[in-house]
Order: sequence, then C-alpha cells, then structure tokens
Amino acid sequence: MAATEQDILEGLGKIINEITGIPATEVTPEKSFVDDLDIDSLSMVEIAVAAQDEFGVEIPDDQLKNLKTVKDVLTFIQN
Amino acid sequence: MSANRVRVVVTGLGATTPVGGDVNSSWSALLAGQSGVRTLTEDWIDTVPVTFAGTAAVDPAEVLPRPESRRLDRSEQFAMVAAREAWQDAGAPEVAPERLGVVVSSGIGGINTTLSAYDTYKERGWNRLSPFTVPMLMPNGPAAWIGLDLGAQAGVHATVSACASGAEAIGYAMDMIRAGRADVVVAGGTEAAIHGLNVAAFAAARAMSTRNDDPQGASRPWDRDRDGFVLGEGAGILVLESEEYAKARGARIYAYASGVGYSADSFHITKPEPEGRGISMAMTHALTDAELTGRDIKHVNAHATSTPAGDVIEVQAVAKAIGAHPLVTSTKSMTGHLLGGAGGIESVFTVKSLQERIVPATINLDTIDDGIEVDLVHGANRTLPDGDIAAVNNSFGFGGHNVTVVFKGA
Repeated sequence: MAATEQDILEGLGKIINEITGIPATEVTPEKSFVDDLDIDSLSMVEIAVAAQDEFGVEIPDDQLKNLKTVKDVLTFIQN
Repeated sequence: MSANRVRVVVTGLGATTPVGGDVNSSWSALLAGQSGVRTLTEDWIDTVPVTFAGTAAVDPAEVLPRPESRRLDRSEQFAMVAAREAWQDAGAPEVAPERLGVVVSSGIGGINTTLSAYDTYKERGWNRLSPFTVPMLMPNGPAAWIGLDLGAQAGVHATVSACASGAEAIGYAMDMIRAGRADVVVAGGTEAAIHGLNVAAFAAARAMSTRNDDPQGASRPWDRDRDGFVLGEGAGILVLESEEYAKARGARIYAYASGVGYSADSFHITKPEPEGRGISMAMTHALTDAELTGRDIKHVNAHATSTPAGDVIEVQAVAKAIGAHPLVTSTKSMTGHLLGGAGGIESVFTVKSLQERIVPATINLDTIDDGIEVDLVHGANRTLPDGDIAAVNNSFGFGGHNVTVVFKGA
C-alpha cells in the first residue's frame, strides 16, 4: 500500500527535526526550505539521504535542486 | 621576569573524562581515587586481546542537541562539550573576534567517522555518505567547530604530535598570546579512539595492558606489575588569556601558564630513549621559559602511561631536570590514557592541584618499581605547601615528541 501524503509529511517532519532541530509541526507543505525553514544546501543533502532510506526513493542531485518546498518533496516521493 | 614580556593566565577550565562529565565531577572522582576504566561490550570485543577501556562517564551525544551531535565526530563532541564548559567558566569573555584564537588537537582525528564512513561507502555507495563526513574525520575538525562556535578569527589551529598533541596545543596557544596574535585562546586536546581497529593496532605495538580480569587495576603507573597503557577518551580545554586582558576585564585567574618546553627524541618511532635525554631537555626548556628553577616546582602531573618502557625513564628525567622533591602523580591510573586528549585533561588537573593545593594519589601503585627516587603520591592524596608553587605537566608522543607545560599558582 502506498504511503499517504500525511504519512510522508510526518516522516519528513521527523527527518527534518532530527537533522535541523526544526519542530516537525513547522514542516508543512507550503514551506520553502531556504526561505521559510532556513535549511542550507548541505542539510538538504542530509535530508535527501535520510528520505531515500525512509521512503526508498532515490533523489538525484539534479532533481534535488528543483525541490524548493515541502510540497515539492511530497509530490516527488508520491510519484 | 622580563619587564616587557606578556604573561599568560588560565581563566577557564572544561573537561569531559572517563571519571566525570565536567571538571568538578572529574576532579572529585580523582580525589576519591575512582577509576573510570570499564569492561567493554562492543561487538568487536571478541576480536581483540584487550576487553576494557576508560569510556567517557557521560556520553557527549546525550549532552549536545541532536542536530549538532549528528554532524560531529565523537572527538569533536567531546571537544565542544569541554570548550563550552571552559568558556562559561571563564565568564564568556566579550573579546573581539580578531583577538580570539583556538588551538585544540587530537592525536588521531575522527577515526570512528573514517571507519564507519568507509563501511557505508563500500556497502551502500558514495551517495549515502553524510555531506559532513570530511569535517567529521579531519583532525582539525574539533578546533574548527569550536572556532565557529565562538567566532574566533585570530587563528584556529590543531597541532598534531600523537599523545603530546594536547600539551603542544596549550604551548602553541601560549605562544600566540605572547606573540601578540591574540588576547584569548581556547586550547586543549580531545580524543575518541575506543574502536576495535585502534585497540588492535596498539595491541599489535604491544603497548596495551591485557589485564582483562581486572580492568580497574590495569592502569598502574610505576607499579612493578604494570603491563601497558589503558585507552581512555574525552577532552580537556583551558581558556588562556594575556594577564593584562584578564585583569582588565576582572576575570578570575586560576594560575599562570608560565612556560612550555619542547624536544624530540630522534631515537625511535615508538620506544622512549632510555636515558630520557629528550624529556629532560623538554623540562629544562620549560623551566627556562617560565623563568623558574627546579626548586620552584612542587608537583608533576606525569605522562606515566603504565607502560613498562616509559614510566621509570620519565621520573628519572624528572629527578635530573627538576629534582627528586616534587610530588609526582599519574592521573592516568584513573582516567586511562586519552592520547591527544591527555595533555588537555592533565593540564586541567595540574591547574586544579595548584588552585586547591592538593595532589590526587596514583591508584594501583602497590609495589614501586626499581630505580625511582622521586616522591610518588600514592595511598593517599597529598597537600602542596603554602606560598608560591608551580607545577609541571608532561606529555610525550609516539614519534619521540616531548612537551612540558609549566603552570604557576595565581
């Protein structure tokens, strides 16, 4: 059974909290990683590595740079 | 004392060691004669001939915020914990960034990261590595992270000389202040090397105690039955300042860091030179640098790692270079040997001895070996005399590196 968007959002919130200390509740779909959550590019790499382990989805570097918002990541993982 | 010479003072202390998670708990444990050596339970333990070590009393990953600890190698975690304690202890001086330096060393660097990252790379591929792998394994990482944390811009350095690294860092920091490069320098040593490969490698050098049935009795400097060193982990950090700067801001002064002496044996890559000429020379240079004589030195926190080869040579050199009168101890009998961290924690302990005028007894010293004429403190702690007192911390490293730091009571 495919994970629901809510499951992925919760999983992503846990990963982002673990890596950056940002409360998981602040990780909501409309947030921009750079502008709203203040996450830098190396942290994004850490998040991508952890997300690959958690959701079994490879996120290539050239795709990663297009993932600007939490919603972008949710969509990428679901597809 | 030369009229125009910059004098260096110690204003802050920090430590996380096998006997305590901070300076006070570590120091109390030493005065109580408690060993921090424990039997290990790691999965590699059946593959090595040594099954114990001085593991940190407090896990630094539990002290630091999780996002920070996951980006730091364990050696960096120890350094950060001890540096923050030292900085707060010094009253968090509001020094200009360009006048603040950091010199923090380790003997081996982020070897836990190196080895676990290699496993990840082999088993799962390059793109599963943390982007922080390089700053976790580089030996200047602890200094660099502390420099970032405090905003130090006068220079951030990591001197590397195996088990003399921590003491060399303190010496280099003193030199930075005396040369006018900085007003305040955070200095010391850190190590996190309790890993199967390190234990195997030191055991292959026949340097480690294999007293597996009595871990707490294994580190026994100068005892006739000693059979090698016990690996420890942790960090010790001092805040050093020019006396002028410290007094202007009204800082509490623990002690003067009055002199440092260096030498190299140039004899053998691991064996100490049997006459102790190199280590005598380091002590003599340090006394000259401190403008003190052997009579002024009342205490020696010795390198004394519990190896058959090194312990006696050192105290014979102490007798020659300083005299037989100082109260000599080895706190490694309780902490084990922190390698690059040793000079850091033992400088902290030397300063505490001067401040409280007490020398913790060496434990496990049941039968003093032959050829020793210095006054070894064992059985019970001893007090240092009233009046002016100074003390020495010795650190020696594989490669023949010898460093002596002299502290003088405030």
